[in-house]
Amino acid sequence: MELFTNQILAGIATGAIYACMALAVVMIYQAIDHLNFAQGEMAMFSTFFSWQLMQWGVPYWWAFLITLAFSFAGGILIERLLFKPLAKAPILTNVAGFIALFAIINSVAGLIWDFTIKQYPTPFGSSPFLGSQLISTHQAGMIGVTLGLLVLLYFFFQFTRMGLAMRAAASLPESARLVGINTSWMIALGWGMAAAIGSIAGILIAPVVFLEPNMMGGVLIYGFAAAVLGGLTSPLGAVVGGFLVGVFENLAGTYIPGVGNELKLPIALALIITVLVVKPAGLFGRPIVKRV
Amino acid sequence: MTAMLNVKDLRAYYGQVQALHGLEFALNEGSLTTLLGANGAGKTTTLRAICNMVRSTGAIEFDGAPLAGRSTENIVRLGIAHVPQGRGTFTTMTVEENLQLGAISRKGKAGVVSDIERMYDHFPVLKERHTQQAGTLSGGEQQMLAVARALMLRPRLMLLDEPSFGLAPLIVRDLFKILGKINREDKVTILVVEQNAQLALELADKAYVIETGRIVMSGNAKEIANNEDVRKSYLGY
Repeated sequence: MELFTNQILAGIATGAIYACMALAVVMIYQAIDHLNFAQGEMAMFSTFFSWQLMQWGVPYWWAFLITLAFSFAGGILIERLLFKPLAKAPILTNVAGFIALFAIINSVAGLIWDFTIKQYPTPFGSSPFLGSQLISTHQAGMIGVTLGLLVLLYFFFQFTRMGLAMRAAASLPESARLVGINTSWMIALGWGMAAAIGSIAGILIAPVVFLEPNMMGGVLIYGFAAAVLGGLTSPLGAVVGGFLVGVFENLAGTYIPGVGNELKLPIALALIITVLVVKPAGLFGRPIVKRV
Repeated sequence: MTAMLNVKDLRAYYGQVQALHGLEFALNEGSLTTLLGANGAGKTTTLRAICNMVRSTGAIEFDGAPLAGRSTENIVRLGIAHVPQGRGTFTTMTVEENLQLGAISRKGKAGVVSDIERMYDHFPVLKERHTQQAGTLSGGEQQMLAVARALMLRPRLMLLDEPSFGLAPLIVRDLFKILGKINREDKVTILVVEQNAQLALELADKAYVIETGRIVMSGNAKEIANNEDVRKSYLGY
């Protein structure tokens, strides 16, 4: 029994990473109806950027804030330069764009910072959290930050004019333009916010997986799984999905014979396919119904 | 009277297909004008061209300033509210959020709350349902919501695309009564596109008849309503 509860705790801790990544995925999906395959690489680049700042002697929290601003601006810039011209292009063109972006960012990061693994500091420390051996203060901090982010997003979307405008632009662009909303900028803003959220995810993950250009590969797939499980249209779903995927992954690794650590990643992929077949809208997403 | 909206030689295109062939008309400030015509005559296209939602050439002037080259949202921000065909309701949001969205491009928050109250006076059914998802409203209620949302802009000009579409006759009468009231009391200039010619002519003071992308008739609404030839050949009643 103790093994079981321990695995759940550990699952929630890793789930926080996926939840954070899934939030970024959902932000972009809401804005442009596509999954951004380069989301993880963008987060990785932001994390390297913050690491570089710290190498230059900038204190942790300042580096964190500057990185948030840098990522926000970078997200907007990527949208304006690359994806705004593709807005009316077919899905495959966009997918090709995402993959190109993935490759470019990955290589550029490798070029600037090389592929050796680097240590990344944590502001929360890494001692046992409340005396538990399974969950460290860093992991507890990660869970806290993810939940805090979710609450912030909720208030932003429910209670601010900008949030309302962004929701309107995402749900019905034409009607949104007819009430005077600049939908094109709302999409750019969605990119900026997603990039900023992604950078938080990267900064929180880096102390666990270490910093290197390929650090986000697996994480992004889990993030996709979490977003799909929670429903691609719901930030709350993304976070719940993240925790569920984390727990599920740990339990499967412990209890299903033969899975172990090596086969954990296929579990995430199997989960994506199962959800898409059984309940395509996810747990919290709204089913998309079209009148015919 | 000065023309608030002046349309000259308006031509509109869907891809290679030309839908409007040099439309000319003008709306006076404070007037209530109707644009009549059969299916496919180009009524909706005309409204969409005013808001730059379809590729067009020609001159459209609002208060003497050309609208060419402005984006849809910038045209709306000048005070031109467009109630589109199909109502454009934000179905996943509440009735009240829909109304707030109508005012979202206004500068500052002042007056938004009192304007929402005023809309509830115009349309009491919206007040009853203000926390409901707008998608759960009936067709008539959604049309009222669409008109209310447009009014939240405090528009100077309101464009309505077939507000009677799909509504029961009694509800259409109510709605048109409210439009008349808005025109008189709030001094909103209105252009309403309709297939329901009889009702629209009762409501309007000026009418244009459009056929295959051209204006074929214009004049005082009463005169057009009384002209039997026009009624039979263009309006079908």
